[in-house]
Parts: sequence; C-alpha cells; structure tokens
Amino acid sequence: MKTQFVALRTPVIAMGVALAVTAVLLLLAGADVLAAFGVLLGGALTTPSRISDMLMLLAPLLLCAVGLTASFAAGQYNLGIEGQMTVGGVAAMWWLRGYQDGSPVILYWIGAVLCGMLMGAVWAMLVALLKRYMHVSEIFAGLGFNFVALGLALYLVFGPWKRPGVASMSGTEPLADALWLPTLTGTRLTLITPILAIVMLAIVWRLIRHTHWGLQVRACGLSALASVRMGVPATRRTFEAMALCGACAGMAGALQIIGVYHSLVPNVASGIGLMGLLVALLVRADVRWVALVAFFFAIITSGSIQLPLALSIDSSISGVLQGLIVLAIIVARARRGEDAA
Amino acid sequence: MKQQMVSGRTSRTMMLVVVAILSLVFSACAAQSSAPAADEKFVFGLVLVGPINDGGWSQAHYDSAKYIESKTPGSQMVYVDKVNPADRPNVKVEQVVDELIAKGAKLIITTSDDFKDGTREAAKAHPDVTFVHASGDDVITGKAPANLGNLMGRMEYGKMIAGCAAALQSATGNISFIGPLVNDETRRLADSAYLGAKYCWNQRGGDPAALKFNVTWIGFWFNIPGVTLDPTKVVNDFFTAGSDVVISGIDTPEAVVEAGKAQAAGKAVFAVPYDFKEACAKGEAACLGVPYFNWVPSYTKLINDVKGGTWKQEFTMFGPDWADINAVETSGIGFAKGKALTAENATKLDAFIAELAGGLNLWTGPINFQDGTAFLKDGEVATDKQVWYMPQLLEGMEGQSVSK
Repeated sequence: MKTQFVALRTPVIAMGVALAVTAVLLLLAGADVLAAFGVLLGGALTTPSRISDMLMLLAPLLLCAVGLTASFAAGQYNLGIEGQMTVGGVAAMWWLRGYQDGSPVILYWIGAVLCGMLMGAVWAMLVALLKRYMHVSEIFAGLGFNFVALGLALYLVFGPWKRPGVASMSGTEPLADALWLPTLTGTRLTLITPILAIVMLAIVWRLIRHTHWGLQVRACGLSALASVRMGVPATRRTFEAMALCGACAGMAGALQIIGVYHSLVPNVASGIGLMGLLVALLVRADVRWVALVAFFFAIITSGSIQLPLALSIDSSISGVLQGLIVLAIIVARARRGEDAA
Repeated sequence: MKQQMVSGRTSRTMMLVVVAILSLVFSACAAQSSAPAADEKFVFGLVLVGPINDGGWSQAHYDSAKYIESKTPGSQMVYVDKVNPADRPNVKVEQVVDELIAKGAKLIITTSDDFKDGTREAAKAHPDVTFVHASGDDVITGKAPANLGNLMGRMEYGKMIAGCAAALQSATGNISFIGPLVNDETRRLADSAYLGAKYCWNQRGGDPAALKFNVTWIGFWFNIPGVTLDPTKVVNDFFTAGSDVVISGIDTPEAVVEAGKAQAAGKAVFAVPYDFKEACAKGEAACLGVPYFNWVPSYTKLINDVKGGTWKQEFTMFGPDWADINAVETSGIGFAKGKALTAENATKLDAFIAELAGGLNLWTGPINFQDGTAFLKDGEVATDKQVWYMPQLLEGMEGQSVSK
C-alpha cells in the first residue's frame, strides 16, 4: 500500500529529476540554463504566429495520443502509429489528386480525411492481424509497418507522383491553392484542425470511459484471457481499438497534408506519432490527461525551434527533456510498484 | 498504515499543476529576455539545410556570411541550420523565416533546392522583406512574388575542372560520381563533370573507349540513415568495383574521407570533394582538389543592393573570376587544388582552366543524351536555360537519368 506522502511526492520528484538532468546537460553545453528553460517552456507562447504554429503541432499530436490511449486501453502497444499516420497522408493525397479546378473543395477535404482515417485503420488492423494469427508482437509488427509506410511514401514522392521533371525530398507538386485549408490571417493556423482533434478526443473519451464497448476494451487490456472467460469478444474488441487508433493517426496524416504540408512529403509523420507515444506512456489509458500533457509537449517542441537562434543551443534538447520526463515517471511508477505502463 | 488521502489520480493532477505553473513562470522569463534588434544594423538571415560545420555546401554559405560580417561593419548574420526533415521534423521553412525576421532580418537567403515552396510562401507572407532562394528558379518559372529573387553559381565550370582533374590523374579511366538525388541541377553538374573528364582524357591521349563514368545517386544531399544509400558504403563500393577516382556531388565529404582511408591502406585512389574550399582537409593524401562556392561576392552585392534600396528581382548566375578563380572578393566559383594532384597534372589542369577562361565551351555539339537522342547538333552551343534544365545524363555515362 502506497502512502499518501509517496503518492504525492513521486511525480513531483520525477519531474524535478528530469528538469535537473536537462539543466545539467545545458550547463555542460555552456548555456544559460534559466534562459534556455524560458525559451523551451514559454517561447512558443510569445506571439500569435508562434502560438498558431504550436497549435498546429498540438492537433496531430493530440490525435495520435488520443488514438493511442484507445489502443493502450486494449493492451496494445501500437508502435505502428507513425506508419498509420503516413499512410493516412498517402491516402489523402491519393484522393486529392482527383481534384480539378472548380470541383467542390469541401468534398475533397472531407474525402481526404475519410480516406486517411480508413487507410490508417486498415494499416493498424494489419498489425492486429499479425498479432492475433501469426503471434507477432504488435510492437515489432508496428515498427515494421512504419518502414513499409515510409517506403511507400518515398516511392510515390520519387516515383509515380513526383514533380514534373524534378523529384524532390520536399514532396510532390504543391496542391492547388483552393485545396489548402484556410488559415487565420497572418498565421498558419487552420482552425478546423485543432477542433477536429478535440472532437476526436471527446469521442474516444466517451467510447472508452462511458460505454459498454469501452468497458469491454479495457477488460481486454487488463486480461484478454479473463475477459474471454467473461464472454467479452476479446479479438474483436482488440481489433476495433486498434482500428480506432489507426483512424485517429490516419486523420492526423490527412490533416497534415491539407493543412500543413500542402503536398505529400516523405516524412508525413515526422516523429509526431512517437511523441504521441510518449504522451500516451505518461497518461496511460487515461483519456482525461491527454490534452494537457500533449499541450505541454507541443509547447516544449515548438519553443525549442527558437533555441539555436536565441541561445545557440541545439533544439534537440526538447526531445531530451521529454524523454527524461517519461523515463523518470516510469521509473517512479515502477518503484511504487505500479505497472510500468 | 497511514490513511491514503492522495490517490494516484490526484498525484498526476499535482504533477500537471506543477508543469503548468512552471511553464507560466518560464514564459514570463522568456517574454522579458527577448531583446529588440538594433536599428542601425543590417541583419540578414540564412536558412541552411545542413549543419554549419558540414565541411560542404552549408559551411560554404556560413563561412562566406561570416567573412562578410567581419568585413562589413554593421552587418549581422542570423541563421538556422539543419533545416531538413531528419534533423528538425515538424519545422517548416516558413517558421524558421518568421524567427529570423523576428531577429530583425531584412534579407533572407534560403539555400536548398528543397526550400523552394517554403521560401515562396514565406516571401508572400512577408512582402516587406527581401528573399533570395539560392539554387531555385521561381523567377524563371514566374512563380516568384516580387520580393523573391534567385541566385546560383555556375558550378558547371567547377565540375568541369573537377572532371578534368579526375581524368588527368586516373590510371584506369574508371571514374565514379556520387550524386545526391536526381534533378535538373544534379544532372547538370554530373554532366559537366563528365564533359570535363572526357575532354581532358582525350587531351592526354587516353583511349576514349576506356573512359568509364559511373553515376550513383544516394537519394538526398547527405546521408539520412534508413532513407538514403549510405555514402560511405557507396564510395567504397566504387573502389571495389575498380574506380580509382570518385567525384562527389553531395553536401558532405564522405568521398574524400574514404579515399583518404583507402590511400592510407595502400590503394592508389583519389577523390574530388565538393562545395567547400577546405574540404580537402578531410583526406588530404587522396584529394585532387575541390570545386567550391564562394558566396562572398554575390552576398556582398545582395546586402548592398537591399541596404541601398536598389535590389531588383533577378535570376542571378555568377561564375568564376577568370583572372583568378580563387580570389575571395571577386570569384564566386573556385577550385582549390589538392595535395594528391601531381605537379605535372596540376600544370595540365591550369592549362585547362586557362582554356576555359579563354572561351572553351564544353557545352558545344555534337552531344547526345544518354538514351542516344541528340542534345546539341554539331557546333551548336547550349543556352543557359538548356543547361539549367538538364533532362538526362549524357551518352557515355552510366547511371540513372531519372529516379525510379
């Protein structure tokens, strides 16, 4: 039985340790530690354009993290999230390529997002299939499919969908201007993106926490065997949870295409899925905290862009801090005797 | 056993409250520490695709800008390097430009082919700032807004000299070229290296049929593990397959590094690196020399034009100063000879450079494309545009003309 003192103390200490180690690293690099933390933790909030960039990072991050809480609830460590996001982008691009001047744009936006969700879900189901019927760990299967997805995107960008004459790492020929999601004046913020992320958060929250379906999913997560004995269709629920996660990731990929990159770039996922994993590891299957933790991570990541300019510090320190926080919390949980994830 | 008043759930709340408070405190600090830019200074911003110490393309830009900073009072460079999907995922050129402008930049120079779309969008968003995209062509294609110009060096000459040096020193005539990704620019430069090699190979009386020129593309301007071919391995494969000179077309110096190692192991192999004047230092014993960009003259002119309000939108091509191709203040393209180039070959190379200076144009027909179709008829001279938009490798070269 954990004591009140320990329960209160552990996360605070874990955070403190993560911040302290980062501070030491910054000191070793000869940086002004306070100023660096200032930029890291606050830099993203200083101007409307920076806030909008942060929100545009937060939205896909939130989508991935929300999806992952669903898969975590079913006990599935869906490391294939990056690939699911990538194929979501690919599918969206496939749909958008049918656009001709004068076609109703809204159809193409909705179609792109739906295609992305569908393809993301299918990609996740492949992992679930391998796990269920071939006994391949979903972790390895997911990672494998990430490479396949990246390969697919690279193939398309440098092959069939390449720009006229010049294949370029910066992606396919940009979409027609009409297909770019409209932004708030003076920023790169497309309002619909964070709104969709929040809608998905609400839906997944409701499904996992307040429905019979969600109860069954969580039962599978606790013990697949026991849930089967209780009459839960465990295989089916696991597949559904994975598909839900893939759909969220695919939606994120599609939104990156129409809202951010405006073309298919090889690196659609660009580490957002993995960052979503960190968020999900922190909050575990508890949907309630996803938004806040994702917000915090988006702030750090977005603010870190200013580090090289403001203080000549490499921006990768943001990744170090995020990793340390997750590590510290997991270690703290393990010491407290909780399940590590 | 103590009473459990604080559950795991509440402890997480605590953690997040702490996090939230910390962010607020620090954001206050950050707001205070951002200083306004001084008025009398002229700040120019650089967006670099690789690290400032890549020993290649990005360092050439950075060092030139540093040189200008030291020579021109009041000028100040701000930069962000490593702007590429591997080093900075989720960071767009537009975002980086915003940050540079927040630092007071009035001129933004973006320096990678891959920044084309981003530079255009950033230029549209900041009509009061001058943008120059080095290696881009938006001015030719008509896509550029009024405040965006293009700039590039005639590296064709540098590559011809590189190819010549390779052909002069190669014992076998088996030359390899390690290229980045396949596009107009990289085909143009690989082709130029081949033309230089072919010319000097024939001049020295080599059997034309014995000249082999193999091109391998790694997939990007530098190594991205898991995405590109590994340049280190590609270079060693060249040597294994019998090449004794490797010409590099990528941003980073693997070719000269590996050739240096092979030399140390007793192999008579050589390399010609690219982009950066000091690149030979990474493998001196094997380095025949390096064609490099010197951005000092073109950047200086840009800065003066923007400062003086006389900047005009242009597609600018600069070349070597034939009086002295290594003059820092005037020559935009240079060739620094390496220690491995023999004295005899160095003399021959100087003679070739003198011929180029005297008007020798290797882009003169008859030249066929790789697929055998005619590019230039007998005596026909290619226009700048024909050279810029190079659609294929040339007849006699091995390797892909287009990416699969």
